[in-house]
Amino acid sequence: MSDIPLERVHKTVDDIYRGESRRVLATLIRLLGDFELAEQALHDAFIAALQQWPRDGIPAKPRSWLISTGRFRAIDHIRRRSRFNDSLTTLAEQLESDVSQEEIHNDQEIQDDMLRLLFTCCHPALPPDGQVALTLREVCGLTTEAIAHAFLISPTTIAQRIVRAKAKIRDANIPYEVPSRYQLSERLDSVLRIIYLVFNEGYFASSGGSLTRPDLSAEAIRLGRLLTQLVPDPEVLGLLALMVLHESRRAARTTREGEVVPLEDQNRRLWNRGQIAEGSALVQQALSMGRAGPYTLQAAIIAVHADAQSADQTDWEEIVGLYDVLLQVQQSSIVELNRAVAVAMRDGPAAGICLIDTLLQQGELIDYPLAHTAQAELYRRLGQAAAARAGYERALGLTQQEPERRLLKRRLAELPDKKT
Amino acid sequence: MKYLCLVYCNEEKLHSLPESPEDAECLACAEMLSNDGYMLGGEALEPVRTATTVRVRNSKLSITDGPFAETKEQLAGFYLIEARDLNEAIQVASKIPPARVGSIEVRPVRELTPHA
Repeated sequence: MSDIPLERVHKTVDDIYRGESRRVLATLIRLLGDFELAEQALHDAFIAALQQWPRDGIPAKPRSWLISTGRFRAIDHIRRRSRFNDSLTTLAEQLESDVSQEEIHNDQEIQDDMLRLLFTCCHPALPPDGQVALTLREVCGLTTEAIAHAFLISPTTIAQRIVRAKAKIRDANIPYEVPSRYQLSERLDSVLRIIYLVFNEGYFASSGGSLTRPDLSAEAIRLGRLLTQLVPDPEVLGLLALMVLHESRRAARTTREGEVVPLEDQNRRLWNRGQIAEGSALVQQALSMGRAGPYTLQAAIIAVHADAQSADQTDWEEIVGLYDVLLQVQQSSIVELNRAVAVAMRDGPAAGICLIDTLLQQGELIDYPLAHTAQAELYRRLGQAAAARAGYERALGLTQQEPERRLLKRRLAELPDKKT
Repeated sequence: MKYLCLVYCNEEKLHSLPESPEDAECLACAEMLSNDGYMLGGEALEPVRTATTVRVRNSKLSITDGPFAETKEQLAGFYLIEARDLNEAIQVASKIPPARVGSIEVRPVRELTPHA
């Protein structure tokens, strides 16, 4: 074989790393039965590619080549280390005899490996922050430093969570598998929750100076898309729809200076029509599959907003109806609060205030800043400045998020002075 | 990213514990890390009593005997490695034999900015 220009090989290897490294890793974990061995094998396989491809040419099936090479290298590694540790000799022999060539290259198995990886990283036996960090690193391929940066936490803390999660998987023998049919829906819930948590961290960033971290949202959407290819479940479509529809408003949610723009004030021309069309189609598809779950219903609500030219022209009747259905499948005070705001839009602020008062008296939302903000907004619309001021001030005392705080201060400054 | 793995160990114990690594094992480890494409460089160091500390103050050179600071664990060697991220660096560091008797401090390398 003739030599291929080194630059071209490097670019190809880079592209394959970006596109395939997670799939190769997922399969190697199955074949080697261990995260760390597999990660080392993945590293070795790409090093080998950089050495051999310029000389031998780029293989016809790079993914299969990387999997076989990685597996071979891992066994070789264990053999070399066994010089200092006898128990490793048996492990190497076992790994060598375990797998036939057909198994390595079985397409269905390889397809399922991504799912095995995702379900393992989101295993409910792992602490939630460990699930998030592990999913972002192993499934999305983010570096420890990038995850730390996104969550404004030190890389050492993230590294610790990942090390602990992997140790737990190994020590507790958490199986590397797609859950059986009767466990699937419960386990799928936990995967969807982690994906949505990652999305929300990128969209509603819970603390810090900037309102959003688009990289995390993009990763979550990518995971959501991957999952729709792997699991035919309406809620998987519903979650993807929900994320894509939220994402469609990103440009309108903040000003260039990073200030929050509430939904009714957003410039709807900035909403991304392509994403709205995709999200709405996904909602329809999910609804047509029967049983509508919470993600699908929340997405359906955003889709109704997306259809309207302005807040006034929104079909609030439809939105209140969807919240009613949502409350039947997911009893939650926050959903009740959102429903109250929709009722206020349909029947006038006084009706909303009455509902929010009841919710606040029940106690659960008393420390939730958005409940007080919503209440204050309705008082403002009624022209009751004093009550509005009290609500904004309570919300201000409860929120840590800088852009949110600036919005509240702006609202307070806009209220007519109490002395005049 | 580049990481410097600093090997710290109580010098008295480095070679005397049952777990203490032999030179052959350390050489094999360095060779393995090098073959695997992690290793950018690294060396073992002579004991701290051989150290000399250099300072320049007001353009004046001063030299003192011994290390900069007295500590319970001494710098015994270092590995400069290339790894994808901190977790990969930790994985590499965990294979350095003296990790069993001392500790490995993993430090990301700061790229200096060629600023005018």
